[in-house]
Amino acid sequence: MHAAVRQGGIGVRALRLTFGLAAASLWCLLPRMALAVTFDLREGATEMSRRIQSLHHMSLGVCVVVGIIVFGAMAYSVVAHRRSRRPTPARFHENTLVEIAWTAVPALIIVGMAVPATMALVEIEDSTDADLSIVVTGSQWKWHYRYLESGIAFYSNKATPQAQIDNLEPKGEHYLLDVDQPLVLPANRKVRFLTTSDDVIHSWWAPDLAVKQDAIPGFINETWARTERPGMYRGQCAELCGKGHAFMPVVVEVLPEEEFGAWINGQRQAMEGASAAAVAARSRDWSMDELLQRGEKIFLDNCAECHQRDGSGQGSKYPALAASDIVNGPIEGHLDRVMNGKADTEMQAWAPQLSDLDLAAVITYERNSFGNDTGDVVQPMTVYRTR
Amino acid sequence: MVAHAEIRPRPRHPLVEFVLRWLLTTNHKEIGTLYLCLSFTLFFVAGAMAMVIRAELFQPGIQFTDPDFYNQMVTLHGLVMVFGAVMPAFVGLANWMIPLMIGAPDMALPRVNNFSFWILPFAFVLLLSSLFMQGGAPNFGWTFYAPLSTTYGPPSTDFFIFGVHLMGISSVLGAINIIVTILNMRAPGMTLMKMPMFVWTWLITAFLLVMAMPVLAGAVTMMLTDRHFGTSFFEASGGGDPVLFQHVFWFFGHPEVYIMILPGFGIASQIIPTFARKKLFGYHSMVLATGAIAFLSFIVWGHHMFMTGMPIVGQLFFMYATMLIAVPTGVKVFNWVATMWRGSLTFETPMLFALGFVVMFTIGGFSGLMLAIVPADVQYHDTFFVVAHFHYVLYPGAIFGTMAAVYYWLPKWTGHMYDERLGRIHFWTAAVAVNLTFFPMHFSGLAGMPRRIVDYSPAFADFNMVSSIGAALLGLTQILFLYIVIKTVRGGERASAQVWEGAEGLEWTVPSPAPLHTFETPPDVETGSRAVLADEKG
Amino acid sequence: MRLTRSPTSRRAGSRRQTALLAALAVGMFGFAFALVPLYGVFCELTGLNGRTSPRAAAAPGRPAADREVTVQFVAQVAKGMPWEFRPTERTMRVRLGEMNATKFYARNRASAAVTGQAVPSVAPGYAAQYLQKTECFCFTQQLLEGGGEMEMPVRFYVDAELPDEVRTLTLSYALFRVDPVRTAAAYERQ
Repeated sequence: MHAAVRQGGIGVRALRLTFGLAAASLWCLLPRMALAVTFDLREGATEMSRRIQSLHHMSLGVCVVVGIIVFGAMAYSVVAHRRSRRPTPARFHENTLVEIAWTAVPALIIVGMAVPATMALVEIEDSTDADLSIVVTGSQWKWHYRYLESGIAFYSNKATPQAQIDNLEPKGEHYLLDVDQPLVLPANRKVRFLTTSDDVIHSWWAPDLAVKQDAIPGFINETWARTERPGMYRGQCAELCGKGHAFMPVVVEVLPEEEFGAWINGQRQAMEGASAAAVAARSRDWSMDELLQRGEKIFLDNCAECHQRDGSGQGSKYPALAASDIVNGPIEGHLDRVMNGKADTEMQAWAPQLSDLDLAAVITYERNSFGNDTGDVVQPMTVYRTR
Repeated sequence: MVAHAEIRPRPRHPLVEFVLRWLLTTNHKEIGTLYLCLSFTLFFVAGAMAMVIRAELFQPGIQFTDPDFYNQMVTLHGLVMVFGAVMPAFVGLANWMIPLMIGAPDMALPRVNNFSFWILPFAFVLLLSSLFMQGGAPNFGWTFYAPLSTTYGPPSTDFFIFGVHLMGISSVLGAINIIVTILNMRAPGMTLMKMPMFVWTWLITAFLLVMAMPVLAGAVTMMLTDRHFGTSFFEASGGGDPVLFQHVFWFFGHPEVYIMILPGFGIASQIIPTFARKKLFGYHSMVLATGAIAFLSFIVWGHHMFMTGMPIVGQLFFMYATMLIAVPTGVKVFNWVATMWRGSLTFETPMLFALGFVVMFTIGGFSGLMLAIVPADVQYHDTFFVVAHFHYVLYPGAIFGTMAAVYYWLPKWTGHMYDERLGRIHFWTAAVAVNLTFFPMHFSGLAGMPRRIVDYSPAFADFNMVSSIGAALLGLTQILFLYIVIKTVRGGERASAQVWEGAEGLEWTVPSPAPLHTFETPPDVETGSRAVLADEKG
Repeated sequence: MRLTRSPTSRRAGSRRQTALLAALAVGMFGFAFALVPLYGVFCELTGLNGRTSPRAAAAPGRPAADREVTVQFVAQVAKGMPWEFRPTERTMRVRLGEMNATKFYARNRASAAVTGQAVPSVAPGYAAQYLQKTECFCFTQQLLEGGGEMEMPVRFYVDAELPDEVRTLTLSYALFRVDPVRTAAAYERQ
């Protein structure tokens, strides 16, 4: 046989070196890892998430046992049946009984695993008799929540500052898992989620609630969860949806049942307050300076990621605002583009999300920045009339 | 070329001669070599993209790539690995070895063979040039779901579609060629149930290709008409359904992943008996199991779509069918172990890769079984748990299978033994690196890390750091492998015709290196190779 | 036993097999397109993707049952569609088999006329086939002048055969902007 086995030499040395490197890197990481990492699927905050964890343990357990048997047999064979120990190989090469056995036994094991899986699935698919329904709409790149019974609705945007993402600031505690307004739910109530999208397919995933459902444009899907414990639960979008896919967190704040009612009332009042504030905002004229200051903040929070901080854009996909025809053209056209978005592109309609004042501010800012010099001042009343 | 020299008395420039030889060859060995070289090149290209991905994911935060470019890397890495590395490698091995194994002088359709190959470099230039087009390369994942790919795809998407069509044509023509060769050109005495397992697995794979690739062509055609000709297959506003895209794609996509592993199964079934010096255990079972896997592969596509809002009946059906595939796959693993059992084992590099394949592919199979369980899939779907699963079945699966085959058959192709010491170093470092890279992904997935994200929460940082270190090491091992292959092509210890003591089959009856033309007259199957017949010699 | 075949018979066999396999490949390409109506038929028969029929239903044949369910209405506006679009009532209690009506309000914020197409979707999906609409603004495209507004009616009943376990139905409309080049034909075709 070609290539006799070498007992020492470079092969073993290389092997030792590799293992050494691997071990060293793991050793350096281990103290941090011991604090930071988890190896198990989380238990979560619902009965279903616990059942899913059990299913995970079950299937993992079966695989580990089968693996021990199979790899154990291989390891034994590698040692006991090596040529130096067995110069003459055996001659058997078939056995129908054995084939039947190792077909039937795994099949039975699989049937066994399928039973609890089926039972859990039947329950997951039963969204009937929910206490409240929430419409969850995915967009590039944020979530929108609408409470069907009480009429409350709001957007939920990532709250992590771009500076942290760009490594200009240290990362906060809930880096990439923080939003400006979480979905608020009551504990111990069955909540039905109706997911959809207004552009591409997204997926709403809250691992602690064991809820994951694709958000498909033009369709609604339903699923449900009943959270047992109040708390903050964090997840992410789980379907590639463009460049912001990593930046649309799902945050659910579960309140004790008693507090939820108060929260709903608070939200209703806030909505009325926002209406009142909008009325107040459009009842006076705002100065260029006030609008520019406000507009810059709105721009950096919402527009700069695609159109860049200096308005230079990125190719034809995210057009430059500097020297742009739309920005320097008629105000109506500029308003239309910002308020209504552009079909079949990532430019969304901002009218539902931004107030009259905010829209007026950001439009004024764009028309007077990046080298644009229209001198235009757009008032909230103008935006209101355009709506 | 001798004939040409007679007709054309004026000799051509050696470079012209070289180019024409490789451009126009209809020889299965040369075409096999072309496929393998293309595959290795594209493996490096896609591997470089993986390095970009892992460099970005080394730490949380965005360091090197902007999010859109990252998505382009993710997309092209997948496309080039699937269509440019794995598939052409297996086709190259098929071209080289099937005629030799069945005692045929060449493939049944030699000119179609040439055409099938030469489409590919053109297709990949098209696909990769999209990186330099306005709007960048495709950025919607190798699975290109609508409407992200249809309505929101960059302008280069249409080149992507064209490239996929070309790759599909190449694959289908190649598969037809393989089927017709195997059914028609076996040497007298070689019945179907006496064929080597590598030939069986390729026969079945070729049927999967003929049936699945055209469905992909349909999907991308529908995508093209949705984009430009006013149709609404996948567009809700026109009465279509984005989920329909997923059905059509995965109807192709699932058989596709079996296309990417079955030849690897065949390779393991050739190598393990050789180095155990014992016939493959349960030949008939192995054939049946492969057929069962192939059949089942057509009825499980929905398991990629469990979170799309599928009704429960569909989820249950696909869950049960998917779990069922574990049975014939398990049968194959048990048969390989039984082949080793009480054999007389040595562990040259091909055997190391083959055993590594069995162990680590099985690990990938385990995570696949776990993924089949729909309630648990709620927590696994679209996370790094899935990424871990398919990289285990593809890397230690398909790629290790290919590397095992290369080490096994290089002496036959080149006439030289590869450097055994270097081969072992390659194996052990690759085995460690592959586990360092992909094992932690199980855990980051379980911890909640979604896939296809450019940046992630620090909760996943440690796993990602280990993966990136492993990936860097894995990248280095490829360079070592390239060096070993080149070194063997250029020289080394002379290889005999037999090469491996325990090897059986017609391919070991021809000299090493195999002459350009072999089996011009059909060999005698009974005596031409020892124990081709199942019962001879035991 | 030796199997002998002449080279000619092998070549003929090769040709026949090649032709058959090529036909199989072409057939599978056609099959991919056949999946489209197959999927459509399957979904329309079972309502499994939550799609209701694009055609007006006949009035309910059977008398109203005693059972009541809650129907919720949701309005969704796709990107680039400059309409305000909302249901006039969020939920409604309906008796099975009885005709009901509701309206959706729409207003075109843009200054030019815009045509929209509403696409309905029902949750749970399998309940879609029981939600029969005799009149719906989703059956046709809707045109609104710049700044114009209208109330769009839906007349429907919930079939008494609705499975017992369904006590709440959600009917959602997604409103898309229609490009004039596209789809009057395409939508009717589905």
